[in-house]
Order: sequence, then structure tokens, then C-alpha cells
Amino acid sequence: MQIDPKKCVACGNCIPVCPMGAIYIDPAIRRATINYDECVECSTCYRGMSQEHLNPVMVRTIRGLAKMFRFRFEPEPDVCPTAAFVMEELEWPRIARRVFSDPLVEHKSTGIHGRGTEEVKTNDVAHRVGLGEAGYVIEFGRPGVGVRFRDIQKMTQGLAAIRVDFEAKNPITHLMTDRSTGELKPDLLNEKILSAIVEIKTPIARVPEVLETVTRVSKQLETVIAVGVSTRCDERGEEKVLSALLDEHGYSYYRAKTNLGLGRVTNVEKVEEAARDEHLASVR
Amino acid sequence: MTNTLHRYGNSESFRDDYILFAIPCKGKNDEGAVEKLKTFLRICARHQPANMGNSTFGSYKASPHLNPTSHWNRDYTQDCESVIDAVQKPGTVAAVFEGKQKAEAALREVIQADLGLSINMSTSVEGAQSCCESTGIKRHSVEYSLGFWDPHDHLPNSQVLELSTMCGHGMVSFNMAKKMLDMVREGRRSPEAAVLTLARFCPCGVYNPARARRLLEDARTRQR
Repeated sequence: MQIDPKKCVACGNCIPVCPMGAIYIDPAIRRATINYDECVECSTCYRGMSQEHLNPVMVRTIRGLAKMFRFRFEPEPDVCPTAAFVMEELEWPRIARRVFSDPLVEHKSTGIHGRGTEEVKTNDVAHRVGLGEAGYVIEFGRPGVGVRFRDIQKMTQGLAAIRVDFEAKNPITHLMTDRSTGELKPDLLNEKILSAIVEIKTPIARVPEVLETVTRVSKQLETVIAVGVSTRCDERGEEKVLSALLDEHGYSYYRAKTNLGLGRVTNVEKVEEAARDEHLASVR
Repeated sequence: MTNTLHRYGNSESFRDDYILFAIPCKGKNDEGAVEKLKTFLRICARHQPANMGNSTFGSYKASPHLNPTSHWNRDYTQDCESVIDAVQKPGTVAAVFEGKQKAEAALREVIQADLGLSINMSTSVEGAQSCCESTGIKRHSVEYSLGFWDPHDHLPNSQVLELSTMCGHGMVSFNMAKKMLDMVREGRRSPEAAVLTLARFCPCGVYNPARARRLLEDARTRQR
């Protein structure tokens, strides 16, 4: 992301908007400037602010006059008066910043917006996490801190060491050079992103071991993490195994995402495939 | 939609935060899903959602061509129709409700519509359980949020966190949430205007303006 210095009027509206705090007014040029190393290319400034397209010379003149008389105008706080932000073309490895930080950019590996996969959201159809299994989403950098890939690698290496299954379709898994060690592509390690999610799956009995590993490694990271753990409910819709384990090991959980089980396979080819399998099974 | 899972607060603070979302599964039920997603959103729109979104924008969004007179008469109306019309391909759509009753009523209609898509509810563990019991649903799977782990104290105070984490993609910055808290406390902005400023930054439309308004009202008199 860049700010066009010919358009910027240094109103400062964009400074609090940046989730990474990467925008500041440079006193030498009296324009808003982006700390390029801290910017994660999330496009919040470009897309989240409304734009007025006013004439920059006119705005600077009015602001200068108002400042002389100590007048204070209370503008809408989410407006760029001159549409000064410019989205630039990015190349590898910097483009990874946009792919992981801008929620409107689709990951090629998953085909969906966002940083992870469909996880348990479609579990009623995809059966990704079964009875007796636990799925984990370990999210880095959110809220408001950001993360460099080298910190994510510390976690993937820690998890690989205890031999967990990384979700194959997850974007971070795609960036691994070796899933058995959890190593990521070396040219990415210094890139900073807003957030990323590592997804793994284990038998449910391993939940304490995995969470202990995540806790231990998180202390070595210069960021914040958020952890979600999922499982399948029983035939009565109850879930007492995972929650009991979490209680026993002192983890708090107030909020949850609940798959209500209303989904089913409806794609014609898949339905026919299922019927064919059923028929073959009955013939045998 | 892990972006709706991790919101800062305890069970009680989610009493006005119920999110329903529909998602097709790639290769399993994504054929013809666009019309079903629109039906889901139309059902939700009938039950006065606090916000709704289609993964690209929500019912409150920034304007790429704002009229300068907006500084005096900004349009604060909710635009659910454009969210529904803009669903062009299979993806996640969501609606946010400020109470259990509205969420339950919408869910009952969604069950009747029998869309075949995966439907999820994101709220407190107890809130979701209670909704399932009263609508006769047996939960299929559950994902618990274990919250934010911050061993090196990067995070700001709880008021800022409650406001900013309602955009799970992190588009509502700590500084913007803090600015709105300050503006409301200083009487420079109404809570209604402040929450919509924050909601416009959330491109998925899952930011909850109703909960944010309550949090801002609370914060006005209770500095932390």
C-alpha cells in the first residue's frame, strides 16, 4: 500500500485506522507515510475508509486557514478526503502479506476467503473431525498484533515434533517445505502478516498434550495467539468428552461455534455416487 | 468464520451477540448454493438482524465516493438488500442478532426452509445450547474458543478488546476502537454514530453494532 504525497493532506484520519499502527505523519514532508516493514497489506485503509475525492490544494488551504485561527473541524473519522491511498502490485514474497491479511483475497489453496479452511463449519457434510477426534485452529497475530512467519514456524516445528496431522488444505500447510519438521519456505520467514491459522487434528485423548505444547511454544513468540478446539457431538447432540478434558486441565471456554447439523450432500454427482455405492453394497 | 469464534468477553457479555451463518461445502453441496444463500439471508433479514454480510461487505459499508455534505448528515441506514443481491458465488453468509429470541425465530425458519447447507451458530456455549434445545436441534459439532493467549502483554484493556475483536479479521484496529471510546466519553460522537463507524470497517458484516453500542454506553460512565 502507498499514499500519494500529491494527494495526502495530512489530516491524520488514517492513522488510527491501521490495525498495525503503521501509518504516521512524517514531519519532514508533512504527509501521512506508511512504515513499509510494518504494513501487512490488509487494505483496511484503502477499503475501510470512505473517500471524498476533494481537491488536495483546496483542502490544504482550508485546513491551513482553520489552523491559523485554532479552529477545529470535527470531520467524520473514517474518511480520506482526497482518496490518497494507492493499491500497488505486489510480488513474491511480499504478496503473501496481502493473501494472509486481506480477508477479501481468496487463498488459492483453499478456494475460500479467510485464513483457514471450512474446518468444523461444514463437518456435518465433510466429516472432517469425527467422534473421538479433536480439531484445532491455532491463530496467530490477531487481534491487532500481527505475526512474522518465523514465529509461526516455531509453532509448526513444535507441533511437528509431537507428530500431529496438519490439515492438508490449510494455507500454512501449503507453505511448508517439510511437513514432518514443520519448516516453512525460508524466503517468507521475515514477512509480517495480520494473522494466520494452523489447523491440526489428533485423537481427542491428546488434547492436553497438544495444548501444553501450544502454551509452551507461545511463550517464545512475539505475538498473541487464539486457540479453538473442536469435536463431534454424540447422537443426542451432546458433547461431554472434550469439555471435560478442558475443564480438567483448567482451560476456560465461554464462546463456541456450533454446527447445527442441517447440511447434507446435494450435488447431483455426489448423490448419485452415494446411491451407487449403496446399491453395490446391497448386491454384494 | 473463525472470525466469529474469538470475541473477547465472558458468557454474560454475549447475551446480545448471536451469529447465524450458512456455508456450502466445496464439491458436496455447492451446486445451486447461491440461491440458497440468498434465501438464508432473506429469512434472517425478516428478523431484524443487527448486521449481515456476504464475505465481501456488510449491511454497513464504506463509500468509495462520499459526498462532502456527509460530515453533517451521514446516512446511517442499514442496507440488507444489497448484501443479498451481491451474493454471486458460493461462500459464507452471516447474520448477527442482538438477542436469543430473534436468533431462534430466524433459526426456526431456516430449519423449515431445509436448505441443505451447513448452518452454524456462534455465541456463548450456553446460548447456543439453549437455542438448540428450544428449536429441537441436535448439535453436530462444536468448536470452543479458548480465548486469546498473550504471554507478553501485547493486548490493550478489555473495553478496547471487546470492541475491536468483533471483527474477527482484525480490521477494526485497537486505535480506532480507543478513538471511538474517547469520542463518546468526550461527547464528541454519539454511541450510535461511533458503532457504525466501527462496523463499516468489518467487510464480512459480522460486527455487532448492538453489542458495541451497549459496550460504549457502559464505557462512557465506567473508565478502566
